[in-house]
Amino acid sequence: MTGEASTPLLKVENLLVAFGRAKAVDGISFDVAPGEMLGLVGESGCGKSTTALALMRLIRDAEIGGTAHLNGVELLGLDEAAMRARRGADIAMIFQDPGTALHPMIRVGDQIVEALTAHLNISHREARKRAIDLLRKVGIAAPEERFAVYPHEMSGGMCQRVVIAMAMACAPRLLLADEPTTALDVTVQAQILELLQGLVREEGMGVILITHDLGVVAGMTDRVAVMYAGAIVEMAATEELFARPLHPYTHGLLRSIPQLDSGWDEPVPTIPGSVQGAELQAGCRFAPRCAKASEVCRTPPALREIGENHFVSCWNTP
Amino acid sequence: MARFLINRLIQSTVLLFGVSIVGFALMHLAPGGPLAVYTLNPTVTAQDIERIKVLFGLDQPVYVQYFKWAGGLLSGNWGYSFFGGQQVREIVLDRLPATFLLMGTSLALALVIGVAIGTLAAVKRNSVFDYATAIGAMIALSLPTFWFGLLAIFFFAQTLGWFPAGGMVSIGDSSLLDRLHHLVLPVVVLALVLVAQWSRYTRSSMIDILDQDFVRTARAKGISPSRVLVNHGLRAALVPLVALAGLQLPLLVGGALVTETVFSWPGMGLLFISVLSTRDYPVLMAILMVGAVVVVLGNLLADIVVALVDPRVKLHDE
Repeated sequence: MTGEASTPLLKVENLLVAFGRAKAVDGISFDVAPGEMLGLVGESGCGKSTTALALMRLIRDAEIGGTAHLNGVELLGLDEAAMRARRGADIAMIFQDPGTALHPMIRVGDQIVEALTAHLNISHREARKRAIDLLRKVGIAAPEERFAVYPHEMSGGMCQRVVIAMAMACAPRLLLADEPTTALDVTVQAQILELLQGLVREEGMGVILITHDLGVVAGMTDRVAVMYAGAIVEMAATEELFARPLHPYTHGLLRSIPQLDSGWDEPVPTIPGSVQGAELQAGCRFAPRCAKASEVCRTPPALREIGENHFVSCWNTP
Repeated sequence: MARFLINRLIQSTVLLFGVSIVGFALMHLAPGGPLAVYTLNPTVTAQDIERIKVLFGLDQPVYVQYFKWAGGLLSGNWGYSFFGGQQVREIVLDRLPATFLLMGTSLALALVIGVAIGTLAAVKRNSVFDYATAIGAMIALSLPTFWFGLLAIFFFAQTLGWFPAGGMVSIGDSSLLDRLHHLVLPVVVLALVLVAQWSRYTRSSMIDILDQDFVRTARAKGISPSRVLVNHGLRAALVPLVALAGLQLPLLVGGALVTETVFSWPGMGLLFISVLSTRDYPVLMAILMVGAVVVVLGNLLADIVVALVDPRVKLHDE
């Protein structure tokens, strides 16, 4: 299930998102195969969410470059009306905070109905029936009653289930899940991830799972792209990446996962420095925080294939 | 709901009791006292004044006077005007329709235009339209109403002769068209300031809402921009503005002092100015109390409306 094997569902080339002089996403390329789940990891501000919002064309006041083909259609070149017809229908998104992602004054059922009627030519009655089916499908008990409930009357986990139902409403081919469990309790996180995985398998849709939680990535995704300061620094099949991390940043990320069997007074290893201003750095952006940095790192390294489908952008890897 | 209403009713009663005491005290403390009309008139002798005092019960202790007056207000006996001896209640109720017509038209017009301008300015933030309406609102809010009214009379009534300079009807003509003709100038002058207020409030509220996550979710569903704006944006943005509407509701009864005077519009504002200058205290006190009651009712109504439109607000929480 790697991106190279079959024709990709989504093919992103040289995606660039610039807010004025700051390049939040600086020329990244990746693809997603049908039914594949790609993890997009990196710390806050590295451009993960911006990438997703750029694919949805939901960013304003930014300069966007490159191409993104979804089933052969170039999303970034579509006019607004044509893009609107794809949003929710072909490409849908799940947001980070279910507490704010739902309209506080509209009944949750009606919010799902709206997602359905936006793209499907069905009666309100039929849409209502489907919305109730969707609520049942995302594991909400007594969906007929919950249809008429307002978001503030539900828990965070329930709200996220509604957000997922809304994204799934028109069976999109590509789902962008932007930190779908970050705002939830740990116990609820597992349930939501399980639900998401089940639904995605059932529908066979491609998914980009954006997260900073490597545990989530390991359990869910087929492939992982690691982002740092607006660029992909390493990309490989999930097992391969965890077994053989090549980029010093990936190394650092994996090392900084707290271990249960380490002593309680042992500090968790961290990566020194911060990501701030890295996009203005000439050469390798990670160099200022990298223990292995040398003279050669003043030249920006390109993403190159090192093993089978294992890409890394670092001068100091074998 | 019932408990909330009872609570508010008790609060309101206490508040109105306070207002009536303050108003009554001010009347007694003002130079010349309640009988200023007579005491400051050199043709009225001291004996006459003594006689009038006994006649009006002003020789009795102040608290007795107060309770007689307050009791009269509650039972519908509002007393008699110092001038002409007409019933106060008749004088006040006679003026209500004129004020209601003028203020109702102005408020309704201002609400529609102001909300439309504010919404558009929020959507087209930092555009020429946004700046132009911002400057226009500043000018409208800083111009003194009487000056703007006089200018309007000078140009549109005096020079161009398009509209009558004042009054509500032409003598000998009571057609609807004639009334509307008289209505135009004062409504425009009044609405100008109200539109300025409403457009600014709507703009800032709308900008807050358009940045919310749930608006982004609505866009991600692929629904039409006008639906996002009205069903999702405006619906939430108008909630805080209901309170403003509640505050302006008393204008419907209280009228506009300056505009009614400038256009000699026979409403409550003009009545207030004239009884103030003639110290016709029975009428003045009645207007004061009617105004206070409407302010209290306006706020209560605003709270109830907010609870009806926003499911997050529960009245019994008070």
